Amino acid sequence: MNCRQVVELMTDYIEGALSAADRARFEEHIAGCDGCTAYLAQLRMARKIMGKLADEPVPAGVEKELLEAFRSWRSTR
Amino acid sequence: MGEANVDSELEALRAGDEAAFQSLIQRYHGPMFRLAMTYVGDRGVAEDVVQESWLTCLRGLDRFEGRSSLKTWLFGILVNVARSRRRKESRILPFASLWRRDDSDSHRPTVDRSRFGSDGMWSAGPHSWDNVPESKVLGDETIQHVRSAIDALPPKQREVILLRDVAGFDGAEVSALLGISPANERVRLHRARAAVRQQLEDYLK
Repeated sequence: MNCRQVVELMTDYIEGALSAADRARFEEHIAGCDGCTAYLAQLRMARKIMGKLADEPVPAGVEKELLEAFRSWRSTR
Repeated sequence: MGEANVDSELEALRAGDEAAFQSLIQRYHGPMFRLAMTYVGDRGVAEDVVQESWLTCLRGLDRFEGRSSLKTWLFGILVNVARSRRRKESRILPFASLWRRDDSDSHRPTVDRSRFGSDGMWSAGPHSWDNVPESKVLGDETIQHVRSAIDALPPKQREVILLRDVAGFDGAEVSALLGISPANERVRLHRARAAVRQQLEDYLK
């Protein structure tokens, strides 16, 4: 496997979707390749940073409206 | 989150516990809004879609059988509401053509060929971010770059990466929610993460 092939397999690797043979060849390549090691770490970091987007605050007006909807749902059951 | 937690959350909602509903809003409203934007492309319409999804969730709460998690159920409602709204809007909005032209399932390379030599090995490989201060890697400006990178993705990649990496679903849940094969889910995820990584590389280098 060369780097150009390895980078395209990285998500399958992270997801555990590679065959045992491909996984072994992938890991053998990574062990000797700084560029691919960095690339894999960066894909994982990208994922970690994206996780932070979930923490965005809900606009106060939106939350207020939804809580009012909840109260009215509660009162009509 | 364990099943016991999910069940107790559902029970709290059914019992009318407002704090439980508020916690749900705080966790999922942001990712739901981002996902809705993928389908309708207009903030006002996306806000409507999310609101309608929450109301549908409330109306269905007493009938919800808990065969999926509350979270999966909620996002499933959102995807349905948003897709049906997109179909209605598609007659008038050029936005729909973004979906028709989206070839995210292709296997085109995700890394510029010019970065490899003729032997397929890196000629201009990425530099490790180990020496970039963590305060920068995880800082607000970086998050802003990631947000723009996601917004720029074709819609089929955007829906997958929002569900996976922002909303935190696993691969099987996302292929079920979107009705796509696990292999397609991985192809779209890979293309999307590769694009976001590239944006980060450009910013952090």
